[in-house]
Amino acid sequence: MTQLALVIDLNVCVGCSGCVTSCKEWNSSGEAGPMPDQNPYRAEPTGTFFNRMQTYEIGTFPNTDTLHFPKSCMHCAEPPCVPVCPTGASYKREEDGIVLVDYDKCIGCKYCSWACPYGAREFDEQSKVMKKCTLCVDRIYDLSLPEAERQPACVISCPTSARLFGDVEDPDSEVSVKIREEGGYPLMAEWGAQPSNHYLPRRKTHIRVREEELVRADNPLKRENFTKPSKDDQSLDDIMSW
Amino acid sequence: MHPAFSVIFLTTLIGLGQGLFLAIYTAQVYSVVELIPMTQGDDRIFYGVGSLIALVLLGMGLIASLFHLGHPERAWRSVTQWRTSWLSREVIALPLFMGSLFLYGLFHFMGWNPVLITVGEGFAIDLTLLMGAITTLLAFTLFLCTAMIYASIRFLQEWASPLTVLNFILLGGASGFTLATLFTYYAAPELVNFIGGWAMVLTVMALLSRGASLIRNRLLRPKSTPQTAIGVRHSTIRQMAQGAMGGSFNTREYFHGKPQLLVKWVKWTFILFVFPLPILFLALGISGPFDTLFMAALAVQYLGLIAERWYFFAEANHPQNIYYQVA
Ligand code: SF4
Ligand code: SF4
Repeated sequence: MTQLALVIDLNVCVGCSGCVTSCKEWNSSGEAGPMPDQNPYRAEPTGTFFNRMQTYEIGTFPNTDTLHFPKSCMHCAEPPCVPVCPTGASYKREEDGIVLVDYDKCIGCKYCSWACPYGAREFDEQSKVMKKCTLCVDRIYDLSLPEAERQPACVISCPTSARLFGDVEDPDSEVSVKIREEGGYPLMAEWGAQPSNHYLPRRKTHIRVREEELVRADNPLKRENFTKPSKDDQSLDDIMSW
Repeated sequence: MHPAFSVIFLTTLIGLGQGLFLAIYTAQVYSVVELIPMTQGDDRIFYGVGSLIALVLLGMGLIASLFHLGHPERAWRSVTQWRTSWLSREVIALPLFMGSLFLYGLFHFMGWNPVLITVGEGFAIDLTLLMGAITTLLAFTLFLCTAMIYASIRFLQEWASPLTVLNFILLGGASGFTLATLFTYYAAPELVNFIGGWAMVLTVMALLSRGASLIRNRLLRPKSTPQTAIGVRHSTIRQMAQGAMGGSFNTREYFHGKPQLLVKWVKWTFILFVFPLPILFLALGISGPFDTLFMAALAVQYLGLIAERWYFFAEANHPQNIYYQVA
């Protein structure tokens, strides 16, 4: 079984929204488009996005931490949004686990969006159908692209490489190893949707130095009546280099 | 959740229609087993026109539902996923119920009522009785499907309860019986006490069940928290940006967007309008009987139900709202 998904490293993400813009750019012109906006250049701009960048402040000033948090469809292993769809427009692909909407079948009842705990689906007010992240299904299999570019637009564009793409069911894939070894976790696991996208937590790097490592009992510099050897004295090299 | 008026009208109107049919059929069953006298008026009017009114209400509900869809012209597709989707099941159950109700009314109106079998001492099961039984089954199926659309979404905790199903049945039933009371006043006055009595009983039962769900929802603890939503274990998490300046689908579809005071006001309005006022009007109306009081009971209860359904949506708190705290 294959389950393609994203792994997002929150320790690396700087919240530049590059993934949001490149997603919009690619999918506006790709198969999943359009992604229309309303009032784009006026007050209250709004529109359809597959991926949104959010920012959270954790803690109370001055002990705060800023968390940049991109969120898109998790391509759940047990997607609650799929069985509720009355038309079969929402479906999960057998071959790679991508959850998609068939725009030609969707009646725009919005029921699936109620049934997604993550708010990952957005209704397109212009085409009147439900839209969502496609994991760039029209890119990742495109043999006319060089192999390195057969990745979701957001993954390629991320300047800090905070986004990884791969098969989370293959235990040896890069994403699986990351999830396993760097504490990858799913969101809102309590609803049992088994989201495939994972997030890698913020990790603080601490240098652990003990007191006695700083002031060592046998530290030669702390020796009493230590005098700097003169230039004529024998040095270590003189002894060792014979 | 954002209360959509198309869905509010759909659910209240079909509930009213289903309840009206159930009231008429209850009268038929009771008179067959001779618990109440046979209607003295014209049966064709009572059953035929009664069914027609119910059909009109259901049709209006159906039309209201189309306004909810982005692509109503593709609505036929929604019958395909009945294996998994309660919405699809409702889309099937509604026309089935309407068709069955149409036949029930037609058989009565045309007087096509051959006795099918006779059980024991002259207790005859005739065609309309059978048709009514089938229609009753479909009416309850429709109630179940409509309510399960909401009750089956496990993370909308306010809805995910058997009480939701019970509420839809009892509220639809109560309003339908209130309408039937007014209708019997004109079509079969000797049944006013019977139907009106049932309308009051159902309204009391609906109060108990809706009250229970109000209390349940008050005591609910949301399973999802900002901590589980973003996966950070800290008691203070504040959202600074939600990925949109002028709002998004997420800030519109899942929030009622009204001040808390209004929500509270709607709640007390519906509690007053759906339960005590209609009971009062029905009781006073039966003592007459006075048709204006029955009209008042119906009007007040239906208005109350619109408020009730609005509140039903507004009260439901979707876990995705955690990602849109500044909405
Ligand atoms: S994140 Fe939401 S839309 Fe995506 S698969 Fe899961 S439930 Fe469906
Ligand atoms: S909005 Fe479209 S995809 Fe979603 S449940 Fe309705 S028909 Fe299915």
